[in-house]
Amino acid sequence: MSRRTGLTPGRLGPGDVLRVGAAGLRARPARVILSALGIAIGIATMIAVIGISSSSREQLLRQLDELGTNLLTVTPGKTMFGDDAKLPTTALAMVQRIRPVRTAAATGAVEASVRRNNHIPETITGGISVQAASTGLLTTLEGAVVKGAWLNDATAAQPAVVLGAEAAKRLGLTRTGVQVWMGGRWFTVIGILGPMPLAPEIERSALVGFPAAEELLGFDGSPTTIYERSSDEAVESVRAVLPRTVNPDNPEEVTVSRPSDALEAKAAAAGAFTNLLLGLGAVALLVGGVGVANTMVISVLERRKEIGLRRSLGATRGQVRLQFLAESLLLSALGGVAGAVLGALATAAYALSRDWPPVVPPWALGGAVAATLLIGTAAGIYPAMRAARLSPTVALSTT
Amino acid sequence: MTGIVELVAVTKTYPGGVHALRGVDLTIARGDLLAIVGPSGSGKSTMLHMIGTLDRPATGTVRVAGHDVAALSDRELSALRSRHLGFVFQQFHLAPGVSALDNVADGLLYTGTNRRARRERAAAALERVGLGHRLGHKPSQLSGGEQQRVAVARAVAGDPPLLLADEPTGNLDSSAGADVLAVLAGLHESGTTVAVITHDAEIASWCHRQVRLRDGLIVDGHDHDDRGPVALLKGAGR
Ligand SMILES: Nc1ncnc2c1ncn2[C@@H]1O[C@H](COP(=O)(O)OP(=O)(O)OP(=O)(O)O)[C@@H](O)[C@H]1O
Ligand SMILES: [Mg+2]
Repeated sequence: MSRRTGLTPGRLGPGDVLRVGAAGLRARPARVILSALGIAIGIATMIAVIGISSSSREQLLRQLDELGTNLLTVTPGKTMFGDDAKLPTTALAMVQRIRPVRTAAATGAVEASVRRNNHIPETITGGISVQAASTGLLTTLEGAVVKGAWLNDATAAQPAVVLGAEAAKRLGLTRTGVQVWMGGRWFTVIGILGPMPLAPEIERSALVGFPAAEELLGFDGSPTTIYERSSDEAVESVRAVLPRTVNPDNPEEVTVSRPSDALEAKAAAAGAFTNLLLGLGAVALLVGGVGVANTMVISVLERRKEIGLRRSLGATRGQVRLQFLAESLLLSALGGVAGAVLGALATAAYALSRDWPPVVPPWALGGAVAATLLIGTAAGIYPAMRAARLSPTVALSTT
Repeated sequence: MTGIVELVAVTKTYPGGVHALRGVDLTIARGDLLAIVGPSGSGKSTMLHMIGTLDRPATGTVRVAGHDVAALSDRELSALRSRHLGFVFQQFHLAPGVSALDNVADGLLYTGTNRRARRERAAAALERVGLGHRLGHKPSQLSGGEQQRVAVARAVAGDPPLLLADEPTGNLDSSAGADVLAVLAGLHESGTTVAVITHDAEIASWCHRQVRLRDGLIVDGHDHDDRGPVALLKGAGR
């Protein structure tokens, strides 16, 4: 049809569309800021939620990297009659004989409680367990002593105790050389341990040597946990042979686990435990989108004469529609960019305050951009259609 | 030679049953300077809408620059307006906070020219209406007469052969109005066809040709081109 009449409207370049859309916003800065704020809050919430949980996950994964995943623990399971099983007293020596095993150590639960003095009733344990520990434990767990010293062959036979970090805290002890009441006699605190993320049970324990436990606390010598480290590649093969090695007669009474699995699960959970907050962000985003649509409808109503003028200047319906869609898109993009920056800043501030590595996944930023464009389009379609339907004569009317 | 505008038996009825035009025949020749006069409500603006292709007639034929408007799509009508028509309204419709230059350049947005060419042509158009020294001024920094001249510059920046004005001096005092009229007269001198709606008998008498409307009908269309409008304007002692 246009070929016949030779009448083809001039095309608006992308730059012109953006400029025309931006011109509408520039005329009303306060309103623009207020209606972009809704989008900004929604996007910022979502970015911060995703960013903070990603940062926490990253922190856990880094910790995992540092701690290694080659530690296995062996504990007694149940007998076929449902009773608590026991590990043979030879278990540690057997484990140490497996070829890929680099280091191994054992702890054994002792029927005793630890107290600051003998006036506190025995039933109050403070959640601290007393355990016999083999001297290789610290090396196997790659732990560290923050005060004093770890057990050696000599102190392992004496009334000497090393406290886990949490145990020391609960007893209110910050230095060594003090006495604690254990199993009806005094023990000297010779060391306090640092944190043990892979063996939190050790953090809550008071540890004495195997000989001392047997001699002074009536310990039967049967270990309750064996810790073992091998090379990374051998973990699975070691895991397969551990039950038979530890208890050749009843391998089914042995439980083998990998403490790093718990951390890994925690890391996975940290990445996913945010649906509620994400939902809140989505609601804010939706409200923001309604705000943008509202602003655009008002904008079209107020600017009927401008629209008529543009039509009289030769704007097609499509070009008017494009102008208001561009305006709506710019408005929500403005909110989206501000929100993404705010969300990233909030993530960084929170992560740095906890010594986490700040992480904002690129897919979250991409998602924010996509959501913004989607909202801008959805909010702009109806007002833009209304604008395009206006009669060109409205510019001429004097009222 | 056929006219640049031809209306044949044009009628227009608004919703509510107002017969704003009741069979209008009008031919505007190229190079005309035409005054449209008549009492309020007689259908002047409605007829200008028809001439300017801003609205379609109920019955009858409107032909602009050789195109039958009824046969054109919205896109084609828009192209026709951007290339052949310029509009000046009683209100100036300038974007506040935007310089005179950019207001005029914005008027060329739909002609398919690039931004630099638009600004160059806008500057030339402002020069033509005597505002070459006011390019960077915002509407709020201009007098009413100057603002209306900016609006005229916007209408003619694309060199449309036909300029339509609906009471262009209606919001101006007589001296500012005379400035605007002088600009229109100058455009007419250089070959643009101009049609002006006016209530001012003096302005009407400056034009070659008057079309008088009453109750949606042309009652009187006579020529009196014994004297040129510029001479008249000069004679009016501005
Ligand atoms: N959009 C509209 N809807 C309904 N009636 C209208 C509309 N526009 C104009 N009219 C009516 O059509 C008639 C002609 O109107 P028009 O605006 O053409 O008159 P006019 O000659 O321009 O008057 P004025 O000198 O006051 O501007 C009037 O009776 C008016 O009330
Ligand atoms: Mg009118």
